[in-house]
Amino acid sequence: MPFNPQAVLIVAAILFVLGLVGVLTRKNIIFILVSVEIMLNAAGLAFVAAGARWGQPDGQVMFLFILAMAASEVSVGLALVMQTHRQHKTLDVQELRELRDKTEEYSSI
Amino acid sequence: MNVLFYLSSAIAIAATIMVITRYKPIHALLYLVVSFMAVAMIFLSLGAPFVAVLEIILYAGAIIVLMIFVVMMLNLGSETAQQEKEWLLPKVWLGPSILSLVLLGEIIYLLLRSGTGNASFIFIDSKKVALSLYGEYIIAVELTGFLLMAGIVGAAHIGKHKKKHLHRFLQEEEVSTKIEVRSTKPEDEKQTKPVAYKP
Repeated sequence: MPFNPQAVLIVAAILFVLGLVGVLTRKNIIFILVSVEIMLNAAGLAFVAAGARWGQPDGQVMFLFILAMAASEVSVGLALVMQTHRQHKTLDVQELRELRDKTEEYSSI
Repeated sequence: MNVLFYLSSAIAIAATIMVITRYKPIHALLYLVVSFMAVAMIFLSLGAPFVAVLEIILYAGAIIVLMIFVVMMLNLGSETAQQEKEWLLPKVWLGPSILSLVLLGEIIYLLLRSGTGNASFIFIDSKKVALSLYGEYIIAVELTGFLLMAGIVGAAHIGKHKKKHLHRFLQEEEVSTKIEVRSTKPEDEKQTKPVAYKP
């Protein structure tokens, strides 16, 4: 069956950039986690497309590893989100700056 | 086959755009389910049915449901949507979006320039994937098991309440030691103050 590997890679690149824009622009931790999931999914799509192009199963095997990594990452990330909400009562990443330097020049940011 | 692929990729891109522009978290997560199902359709059109099924079961079925449960537990409703509406201003998202779009244009240009045109692909069934997974990648499978174990332990340790649940004997002990500490505290201060003056 014919297919165009460039088209699949372009779709994967578009999805990855959308996830990147989500990470860069959002301030809620939940949305940042969702955008990271989108980026991982786009990387897996590129792997599967490459595996289909060369007729090897390695691409799908790599997708399985990406899937396991995404599952463990999101479980730990959601646990951190719940602890953050319990201790700070907010999900805004700009409020979570207890580790910053306590000098005057940074306090205005 | 091509029509199927282009239709599902258009749905995936549209749903992902909706995900990163929604204000309410639950709406974004539901659009994300649509996006994952469209990507699973792309996998089917690429001749990878095993991965397509796993995408639906694990991504749309497990990970998104986990996130929806957390959104429900944290009770992120209309207040969060209002906050997001205040945060998501054009001056916030315009700069990163334009820079990322430039990078996307570059990679699309590179992909189109180095194109080899249409290629024929071979249908890869789950038997080949399983033989490869448990043959040459067996070390990586075991390491993935370690990773999942660490994920479980880490999530259970981070996510638990930090309340102290003591046995009643230990609680009595702790109360008695607290009382002792309180009763001895002024004496300690009295004892330590002259010591501090000595040198």
